[in-house]
Amino acid sequence: MAPTATQAAGSAPVFKTKRPLPFPLNIYQSAIGRKWVMAWTGIGLLGFVIVHMIGNLHLYEGPSRMYEYAETLRDLGGGLLPRTLLLWIMRVGLLAMFVVHLHSAYTLKERSRLASERAGFVGGAKKYASKRDYIAANYASRTMRWTGPIVGLYVLFHLADLTWGWWLGDAYVRGDPYHNVVESLSSIPVAIIYVVANVALAIHIFHGTWSMFQSLGVNNPRYNGLRRNLATALAGVVLVGNLSFPVLVQAGLVDEDNRDCPINDTTGLECLGETAEAH
Amino acid sequence: MSGANDVTSQAGQTSQTSQQSHGRTLSLTLRIWRQDGPDAPGRFHTFDAPNISEDMSFLELLDIINERLIEGGDVPIEFDHDCREGICGMCSLMINGRAHGHELATTTCQLHMRKFSDGDVITVEPFRAKAFPVVRDLVVDRSSFDRIIEAGGYISVNTGAVGDANQTPVPKEAADTSMDAAACIGCGACVAACPNSAAQLFTSAKLAHLNLIPQGQPQRWERTEAMVETMEQFFGSCTNHGECTEACPKEISLDFIAFMNRDYVKAKIKNRKLTGQS
Amino acid sequence: MAESHSGPNGASNGVLDSRVPDGPMADKWTDHKFSMKLVNPNNKRRFEIIVVGTGLAGASAAASLSELGYRVKVFTFHDSPRRAHSIAAQGGINAAKNYTNDGDSVHRLFYDTVKGGDYRSREANVHRLAEVSLNIIDQCAAQGVPFAREYGGLLDNRSFGGAQVSRTFYARGQTGQQLLLGAYQALAKQVAAGSVELYTRTEMLDLVTKDGRACGIITRDLISGEIAAHTGHAVVLATGGYGNVYYLSTNAMACNVTAAWRAHRRGAYFANACYTQIHPTCIPASDEFQSKLTLMSESLRNDGRIWVPEQLDDARSPDLIPESERDYYLERKYPAFGNLVPRDVASRNAKTVVDQGKGVGPLRNGVYLDFSEVIERDGHPAVAAKYGNLFDMYERITGENPYAVPMRIYPAIHYTMGGLWVDYHLMTTVPGCYSIGEANFSDHGANRLGASALMQGLADGYFVLPYTIGDDLAARLGEPVVPLSDPVFAQATSEVTDATQRFLSIGGTRSVDWFHRELGKIVWDYIGMERTAAGLEKALSEIPALEAEFWADLRVSGSGANLNSSLEKAGRVADFFELAKLMARDALVREESCGGHFRAEHQTPEGEAQRDDENFAHVAAWEWHSSDTTQTRHIEELEFEEVALTQRSYK
Repeated sequence: MAPTATQAAGSAPVFKTKRPLPFPLNIYQSAIGRKWVMAWTGIGLLGFVIVHMIGNLHLYEGPSRMYEYAETLRDLGGGLLPRTLLLWIMRVGLLAMFVVHLHSAYTLKERSRLASERAGFVGGAKKYASKRDYIAANYASRTMRWTGPIVGLYVLFHLADLTWGWWLGDAYVRGDPYHNVVESLSSIPVAIIYVVANVALAIHIFHGTWSMFQSLGVNNPRYNGLRRNLATALAGVVLVGNLSFPVLVQAGLVDEDNRDCPINDTTGLECLGETAEAH
Repeated sequence: MSGANDVTSQAGQTSQTSQQSHGRTLSLTLRIWRQDGPDAPGRFHTFDAPNISEDMSFLELLDIINERLIEGGDVPIEFDHDCREGICGMCSLMINGRAHGHELATTTCQLHMRKFSDGDVITVEPFRAKAFPVVRDLVVDRSSFDRIIEAGGYISVNTGAVGDANQTPVPKEAADTSMDAAACIGCGACVAACPNSAAQLFTSAKLAHLNLIPQGQPQRWERTEAMVETMEQFFGSCTNHGECTEACPKEISLDFIAFMNRDYVKAKIKNRKLTGQS
Repeated sequence: MAESHSGPNGASNGVLDSRVPDGPMADKWTDHKFSMKLVNPNNKRRFEIIVVGTGLAGASAAASLSELGYRVKVFTFHDSPRRAHSIAAQGGINAAKNYTNDGDSVHRLFYDTVKGGDYRSREANVHRLAEVSLNIIDQCAAQGVPFAREYGGLLDNRSFGGAQVSRTFYARGQTGQQLLLGAYQALAKQVAAGSVELYTRTEMLDLVTKDGRACGIITRDLISGEIAAHTGHAVVLATGGYGNVYYLSTNAMACNVTAAWRAHRRGAYFANACYTQIHPTCIPASDEFQSKLTLMSESLRNDGRIWVPEQLDDARSPDLIPESERDYYLERKYPAFGNLVPRDVASRNAKTVVDQGKGVGPLRNGVYLDFSEVIERDGHPAVAAKYGNLFDMYERITGENPYAVPMRIYPAIHYTMGGLWVDYHLMTTVPGCYSIGEANFSDHGANRLGASALMQGLADGYFVLPYTIGDDLAARLGEPVVPLSDPVFAQATSEVTDATQRFLSIGGTRSVDWFHRELGKIVWDYIGMERTAAGLEKALSEIPALEAEFWADLRVSGSGANLNSSLEKAGRVADFFELAKLMARDALVREESCGGHFRAEHQTPEGEAQRDDENFAHVAAWEWHSSDTTQTRHIEELEFEEVALTQRSYK
């Protein structure tokens, strides 16, 4: 630090510098590096969201196609790897990205809170006594810290609902995703949760997509306009795709009326497998 | 001495007859933040400002309020200002929730009252961030910006140690973009406007000014790392809202922030190689 | 009038030794650099140098001196060194690089500067300035100053007011800002290296001397109000000009004469106080409450055409006035130079036409600067690329679009050529006290050419003072600084404390600004663009009267123990009162017109300035005695070896 004789209060650092970790971990020690990591994990998570949404469209092909899709995921890697190994690797990777994304978000929010301490910090933004008149910051960018946790909680709910079958009880059939989805989404409260969460997800993606170019520093003034369009397109696609499931189930357009196989985890699954092979 | 008196009103050296302005006048109410010192509690004081000429600048309005305060035996409001032509970066103020007021690309000293309407209530606050503690009233301490420059915002050439200026050609585009960044006046509006109290726009402008041109290359990676890490000792984390650019009186582009982000991660990699660290 | 000699042309009493070296003009500086004594690199750290001010001159000097190894303390009353008013210079910086191959040379820049200064500058200093102008551009380019470039990547030049060659380097309309940032960054580098101690928001309020030699300064911490003493082997004053004595000027609000004036009161002679420059292209004032005038870069005169309506009191909108009824008065009177005549000529002519009643704008207080021709010729984008930010600034202030409507301009006080008298080493008459940049009486004579202020500030700071200061310090090797325990510091500290307290205890009814405004009116009326003996006498009776009222009726509220801008201003305005009297006296004795000093009694039949080389080819430097007696006028004869004195003619 410079030996300025009249060290004014403003010169006192707000944050202490930490002992540097070895490369490349030191990148994560800085806020900019952390944003960079957040952007990369964001890209990973966004990729998952899109693939997951597209995969789920198999729902509209009926129970056996949906079953086939689920089995394909478990069989990823073909005969080279033990069954479900690659899927588990992907799951662990996804979980890691999720945790890192969350950790960086939380710590960066804390940093901003501390940096704004004297200004007050309410609901994720510092406070002026007069009403803030935002110009560029939009609803999406200002609510990342709300849409993020909503999506996080929703993911847990979603896993408990359709992966672990916690509250479908006896109605939950492991291995029959079509049935489970329809069963779950026929409940109005559950459908509402899905709608709300996916709206939050789309808002999160809208700012996140635009923002990650900035954080990675890969933008070009010439294409900045396209970034907004891309963000809108991705958020829109995810929103429409994901909302179609609860809406169509609730509308009765997706149901189990013309189902050929019984609903259970023994003969039912065998039947689904055979039907799928017949295609 | 012919004509000397004519000159008086010509150059605005106030003759009694020029009291009335040729424009319209406004009656305003001001809520102004007053605070005795960094740790004293602050509060708003309300002032009536009738008959304000629309040709006046916002700081001249404060001058008038102060003149009246002094006449009444009160302590005038302290506010930072100097050149009053939008270049020194001394003036600040959050005016109705906007840094430097609601006019884009304008410093407070160049914000004219013609941009307000009769009867307006105007709230005036200091720039706020933990690294900008209030000194008194509307004056804040922005010396943390100097610490960022001292960390590496320069090219280390000692006086006299250089060759002819035209020995190093600088591509016109690089020089122009560098100038776009160098236009930053260091006023701190970016930090004030930022919901995170981040100083990304200031730091990236200073960094891009030097990193974009050939003269800045030898120290590029070292500079980037040092300036960013000093910045992070004082300021919050950017969430890419873009408020800073909108508040910036010199319209420094957000693209410089992206440029800094890119250079920072590159710097982390390059510096590792440069120093032989494995 | 107290005079140290019998007549205006009397011999100097020997005090003013300019220390100009012998030898041919072109070799003086080079030879002198060799003959000056050096301080061994290892010994430099044994010297402490105080630099006051962080504009171009101060920042560049502080950085350069500390690079050499001196221990430097630098003071600014701003919150950061980068705020100094050098930052507002728009147009550019001259250098005799001859990159444009149009016949420029060191000699030509030297010649132009002496001629432009109306033969009232010291030839040797000016020649040195022209020589080091080359190094300045090299230095600044290496520092990363983003000068305008050609497509080949080389530096671009433009021609600038008064010059017939293109020698002006520029960075858009923000050259001063970029050069100051360069110097500030060089300073920041040294602060980071620990070799410069930076004191911000700290104002110098007195110079301390011991046995006639400068040994330190007294400062006030503007935030805590603490009065403190600082000691050093040398004190460098880089505190800018005194244009704010006019209240309305293009200077920043805080610009003041205080540091220089306190040095003057401690024995430094103040020279050529009457040489003030009026800038021809400012935005006319709009009303009574205006706090400052805004300058539009003089570069605008390169492409804009200045005119007024032929008809008196013509209220028509400019586009309705046909060509035949317009008077392009500069082009008419000065066909060779046209709109590019020097500042004083352009300013006085504007005043003449406005006085005739041909002024334009709501208050009839301006002339048109019209860009319609160049917009038509080069197109809107080309003009926007060149002057965009100036046009935007104009529109912001006036609410008028200069692409569509001609700009309105009028002269305003802009620069002061006068200042502390310094010798060839830039040392004042107080040994150990130096003055650089606009604060000294400088190299500009009676009038400064456009784009030369930045050049002089940086020349002094980067390339002159770092050499000359060593010559004087070398002789003092081994001498310790005067310790702060010495009674001279206690004495000066208590004087400053008392003076500060005095402002707070007057308890009158009027604000500092009120007195400043009133003073400004007198100074502008009688010591402004045109002066007369009668007017100056009037000023000399009105200023003391107002000054007496100031000391009786001033009200400074608040306390001295915290940030109190009224208190700061009170001290500055008190010094402006004393300075204004000196300006009037200096102007009164100088019975001639030269450059920025125009005495109505001394003009040619065409209304041009009439110099009196026989009696006034000298510098007038005033010596302070006390508040109750007038200063003594000393002279330094100016000898012109290289440039023949001719009546300036821009016809």
